[in-house]
Amino acid sequence: MSRIQVSCTVNGDPVDFLCDADGSLLNTLRDELGLTGIKEGCGTGDCGACSILMDDQLHCACLIFAPEATGTTITTVEGLADGDHLTPLQECFLEGAALQCGICTPGFLVAATALLKHNPNPTETEIRYALAGNLCRCTGYDKIVRAVREAAAQMREASA
Amino acid sequence: MTIAEDPATTSPGYKWVGTRMIRPDGFEKVTGRARFGADIKLNGMLYGHVLRSPHAHAKIVSIDTSEAEKMAGVRAVITGADFPDPSGPAGDQDLQRNVIAREKALYEGHVIAAVAAQTRAQAKAAAEAIKVVYEVLPHVMTVDEAMAPGAPLLHPKLMTKGVDPAPTEPSNVASRAVYQGGDLDLGFAESDVVVEGTFTTKPVHQGYIEPHAAVADTTPNGRTTLWCSSQGHFTMRSLSAKVLGWEPSKLKVIPAEIGGGFGGKTTIYLEPLAVRLSQKAGRPVKLVMSRDEVFRATGPASGTKIVGKLGFKNDGTMVAGELWMAYEAGAFAGSPAGAGSMTALAPYTVPNFLIEGFDVVVNKPKVAAYRAPGAPMSSFAVESLIDEAAKKLGMDPIDIRLKNAVTEGCQATYGPKFPRIGFVETLEAIKNHPNYKIPLGPNQGRGVASGFWFNAGLNSSATVHVNEDGNVIVVTGSPDIGGSRASMALMAAEEFGIDAARIQPVVGDTESVGYNDQTGGSRTTLATGAAVIEACRKVIADLRGRAAKQWDVSLDKVEWVDGQAQHVEGTQPPLSLADLAKGWNRTGGPLTASAALNARGVGSAFSTQVVDLEVDPDTGHVTVLRYLTAQDAGRAIHPSYVEGQLQGGVVQGLGWALNEEYIFDRNGKMENPGFLDYRIPVASDLPMIDTIVVEVPNPGHPYGVRGVGEVGIVPPLAAVANAVDDAVSRRIHDLPLSPVRILDAIINKDS
Repeated sequence: MSRIQVSCTVNGDPVDFLCDADGSLLNTLRDELGLTGIKEGCGTGDCGACSILMDDQLHCACLIFAPEATGTTITTVEGLADGDHLTPLQECFLEGAALQCGICTPGFLVAATALLKHNPNPTETEIRYALAGNLCRCTGYDKIVRAVREAAAQMREASA
Repeated sequence: MTIAEDPATTSPGYKWVGTRMIRPDGFEKVTGRARFGADIKLNGMLYGHVLRSPHAHAKIVSIDTSEAEKMAGVRAVITGADFPDPSGPAGDQDLQRNVIAREKALYEGHVIAAVAAQTRAQAKAAAEAIKVVYEVLPHVMTVDEAMAPGAPLLHPKLMTKGVDPAPTEPSNVASRAVYQGGDLDLGFAESDVVVEGTFTTKPVHQGYIEPHAAVADTTPNGRTTLWCSSQGHFTMRSLSAKVLGWEPSKLKVIPAEIGGGFGGKTTIYLEPLAVRLSQKAGRPVKLVMSRDEVFRATGPASGTKIVGKLGFKNDGTMVAGELWMAYEAGAFAGSPAGAGSMTALAPYTVPNFLIEGFDVVVNKPKVAAYRAPGAPMSSFAVESLIDEAAKKLGMDPIDIRLKNAVTEGCQATYGPKFPRIGFVETLEAIKNHPNYKIPLGPNQGRGVASGFWFNAGLNSSATVHVNEDGNVIVVTGSPDIGGSRASMALMAAEEFGIDAARIQPVVGDTESVGYNDQTGGSRTTLATGAAVIEACRKVIADLRGRAAKQWDVSLDKVEWVDGQAQHVEGTQPPLSLADLAKGWNRTGGPLTASAALNARGVGSAFSTQVVDLEVDPDTGHVTVLRYLTAQDAGRAIHPSYVEGQLQGGVVQGLGWALNEEYIFDRNGKMENPGFLDYRIPVASDLPMIDTIVVEVPNPGHPYGVRGVGEVGIVPPLAAVANAVDDAVSRRIHDLPLSPVRILDAIINKDS
């Protein structure tokens, strides 16, 4: 099977890669671009561990064929921080112990980033529903919800 | 909320223990840099694919791999014949046969063969081209089916252990555990109120988000390096070596970060397959499970059937308890029926009791440990019955538990006497909390339950180095599954009296640190922490000696205070860790020490929880309104991660109580092997999980630590069932309390 050349922007960098027509964007980002911060927890769009932003929309990379990335702008967990300058969400996850094993954390951070872009002042219920597509088996979500709420407050204060 | 929001302020003398430092591995984990099992990639690496049995029980008549071997990109194909005969003297039959089937497939998903090829797609295509001829056999899926007279047998030579006289015929019952005391007949004769019932629970999966993964690299001279995510890389080494027929030393295991385990990553699945494929192909090989494979072929927790009966006096005193419990082991013996038997009545002083636990093989994946293995099921039965007794006696559910709660000096139903424990404190903490007094509305109910679990001690090693700049490296062999690097750093900082940020905790591979048992049994902060403390104290003793040498004074003139050596009379300027490190050329060389121990003085863990919930009478759906858990942590080294353990345990228990179950079709095939149909709790299902960290120090640990990881999952099953009963006056004995089951109970009540 001939491979398809794809050009897109990932975490601010223009990239080109070759992929199979039926290859998932998840495997391509991990294997071809080495972006292993994106995790596969299920491969069926149920766990959110492979959450990415594609043209500012939240997606599960496992549900996207790699060729669909053509011409898009993709952000993964690796693209959130500016060097060693973490985002408020990342800082609040650390401060609030919102991760235990850390496998779901990249997906939660990306999903929460998407939420706060659209809704800078979410209620607890809004946070819970926005993150309902991301599974965490360690924390019981309590500290994750608190971390997102705290990050939202800090971001609002910073932009006020 | 915590009673001691910042235990450092309530524990005079502690500067670091009890504070909430940012975890040392945090930056890597919020930026995607942390490398988990599936993230390992080596030059020339091949991808593997595993062929699994489509049948629950079948004789393997033949396996033909010839076609697969000829396919494009294929470099190795293995079957059970590529491993040593497990019936040999050094063999571990069940372990080996669970890793790869030989004569029979014993559950759907049982490994038949594996392939390594240049791409994933090639490996998958080749695995599908392997021709297997099966002779399908009748299967048994539940303890009732497996224990029935004339049931099809999984293992033709399995004789029940623990029965007298010993059986003469094989069966599906691997063993019977018995705990008894007093005179049961007398106990029930003395009882004013007797409650009884038959309870069932379904198999549930640990549900870690990271599927199993292993990468093996075998060099032609036979040295092998294995990367895997597990709860204990030393255990992965010894178990894999057993299956491969090797000495463990031939294998080096490098721990990847672990994406959740909860007991499920304490055994091997892919590891020996990856090694054998790599050996055969002469290239590194990576094997990663799909979620479907994780569900079908890795250890869930046992499904159970428990028949229970408790007797009480009118004042609430428990005087008799009888439990008959059968635990599904899956395809090979080894369910936690014994632990379930030991823990069932352990929180209570009951003079007359008989507890029998049966380990029963069925055609399901072999069970693995799951957070307090065995305890949630037996506790579900006992705590439901206690709740029923409280209602009959008109007692508050906390008061009836206080009436019977074990305290220091009480003999546990499983034998030993309890040292200082904090069970009563957890009950009182719940009783005195405002949540316990909030008025409830229509269709709302409140449920209480308590639970007990052991702390494991086992073996731990640690090595502590001081760097030339005076910073400290702490190496252990305990995988960090939920913040243990932080607790190691805090304890080492406390010992040295230096900033915790100057401690670098490292999880070393099997060649970089002494042997460590697994991160499991709530033992890591407790036992590996004790090894860290001991190694730190050795280094500090050495540091004092170096200072004494430098000052030319006797050792007793030197004390270690706040990160520096001080002369007791103040006649010398203090020497800091960095000063002493700088001078090591003249005082005896680098500063390092190791400690290795069998952890002793392990504590006991108790938890009491209360849930408020609302049942929708039209749909049977349960909404959890609020949840409060109180647990004795002994001493919370890092309170945030202690709270996290409490909260995580509760939510796994809520999933077990309300949603989760393995569903099989009539052919023994799992029907819900994905997160869409096997639904673990999501954020929108839950309220905040309020915690009370009770601190009754464990007298056996330098800082009073008790293991906190597991007991939190024990009470929720009964707490939820008790709350549902409180809400709709219907006691349901079968989990999960799904909408269908609750609605059925409501409708049947009305009719």
